[in-house]
Amino acid sequence: MSSRPESGPSVWGRLRPLVVALPFVWLLFFFALPFVILLRISITDMGEQLDPFASLLRTVNGQLGVFVQVQSFISLLRGSEGAWFDTLYLESYALSLRYAFLTTALCLLVGYPFAYFLARARPAYRALLLLMVMLPFWTSFLLRVYAWKGILADQGVVNQVLMALGLTEEPVPLLYNDFSMLIGMTYVYLPFMVLPLYANLVKADIRLIEAAQDLGASAWKTFWLVTVPLSRSGIVAGSILVFIPCVGEFVIPSLLGGADNIMIGRVVWDEMFSSNNWPRASALSISMIVLVIAPLAWFNQRVARKAAAEQAR
Amino acid sequence: MSGWLNRHIAGVWLAAVFAFLYAPLAFLVVFSFNSTRQDALFTGFSLRWYSALMEDRRIVDGFLLSLKVALTSATLATLLATLAAYALVRSGAFRGRSWMAAMLNAPLVMPEVIIGMSLLLLFVGFERLAGWPDRGALTIILGHTLLGMAYAAVVIESRLKELDLTLEEAAMDLGCRRESVFFLVMLPNMTQALAAAWLLTFTLSFDDVVISEFLSGPGVTTLPQVIFGYARRGINPSIYAAAALLMLVVTVAVAGFGWYTARQSAARAREQSLSTRDSPSVTVRG
Repeated sequence: MSSRPESGPSVWGRLRPLVVALPFVWLLFFFALPFVILLRISITDMGEQLDPFASLLRTVNGQLGVFVQVQSFISLLRGSEGAWFDTLYLESYALSLRYAFLTTALCLLVGYPFAYFLARARPAYRALLLLMVMLPFWTSFLLRVYAWKGILADQGVVNQVLMALGLTEEPVPLLYNDFSMLIGMTYVYLPFMVLPLYANLVKADIRLIEAAQDLGASAWKTFWLVTVPLSRSGIVAGSILVFIPCVGEFVIPSLLGGADNIMIGRVVWDEMFSSNNWPRASALSISMIVLVIAPLAWFNQRVARKAAAEQAR
Repeated sequence: MSGWLNRHIAGVWLAAVFAFLYAPLAFLVVFSFNSTRQDALFTGFSLRWYSALMEDRRIVDGFLLSLKVALTSATLATLLATLAAYALVRSGAFRGRSWMAAMLNAPLVMPEVIIGMSLLLLFVGFERLAGWPDRGALTIILGHTLLGMAYAAVVIESRLKELDLTLEEAAMDLGCRRESVFFLVMLPNMTQALAAAWLLTFTLSFDDVVISEFLSGPGVTTLPQVIFGYARRGINPSIYAAAALLMLVVTVAVAGFGWYTARQSAARAREQSLSTRDSPSVTVRG
């Protein structure tokens, strides 16, 4: 290529708008547009043909009208017998939130001391230990969940050991219940809690901890009054990273849950493919985004911004 | 006893949690070599589940499809994420910038069920309008690209932000043109982040069940879908064998990548120590 002096718009000048436009249009088409369709279908009056794409504009008796129904949203709250707030949907919402909450608590309980000790480990080991936390994350999530099925089954390793030790005569039911759900979810999401906590704790100002100890605080007191408050933003970040994907979890309840462990992701799936009620599946998704995901994402962003501002000071 | 525990609590806790994290992996590897369809008793060493795996057409076909989908979507996602990250970090203010940032990051917090379902609605709606596309490999690739792009953008954006602007300014002062600066200065300094982003999106795609379940058509099943189907029906040690093989690949890949990164950062540290001693040196290739 000959190197001419810059004259006229360079290749770069012509390409630049494309750099912005290409990903923008892509996101509009594959992210924004599907949500518009989701909203649109949630209010479709399917009519006789049970067509989720039925036009909102219809002519009835020669008169053009807009046909919209909010029944899909109401049916989430009101059962078929007319009783309010007694539906499978609300129940599965409550269960999903409960599992997400319990999993977050368990991850914090196990993960906080873990991240703390990791951050206090000798620097030479730290990189290796951190790699060891992340390594399972790179192996298939599905297969790791599947392994628990074999471990917790009635004829599985845990029950065989318990029976060999004479601790129990019959196998203890460990699978397809709350226990296996919580083990599986804690197992999968623990690294999501540990990594932000570690990043936070490893930066903690060691002088503040030394100062507290110099002033006579016990190790326990220092931990609760200095270390934990200093790591608050890490706790919040980790908790949100665990909580959000837990609410919508689909694979773990399918593999480790029983008939009673229904979560909202599963219900959306069933409405879509078993009941073929697309408007209701859409309404479920939209209410999940509006009530759970959006507030948490907003809260997370606010906390992150506050932490960044504090660091800048 | 309690004195010993007090002194060694850190080691005990770390060991216990690592045991928890690695127990299922060990279980998968050990029982992939079992001679019978047993979950608790190791009845003898055998490779029968490995040969069963190779003879299972559904698994082999699923593997090939997953490979194709993951290679394509990882490449597409990394390309699009690079453009998006460049637009957000380097292009200054433009109309719709905050919208773009929001759309780019949203899939990170969106449950996969919702992503899969809304994309399914898009494809079904489009098919009714245009008679295209049929659900299959293409629709799965597009879905994985959307998800992967969000993760890739996080990695690439953070690297772009810490890139030294003075390097590019220096190159331009020395007469390098904008497009050459991009290819000769920026890209060489980004290879590590781009490789990390590509690997991450590849793994995401190769492992995804939910989006594939929504977007695949009849007769098109990725490897995770095949495994998910088997897993719901019960225990199948062939899956353990597949897991063991996958772990081998991942461990080799991660170790290799770790070695490569360590070498790169060592080289960079050397360059930096040279540049502070002598004249400023710039990594310009070409």
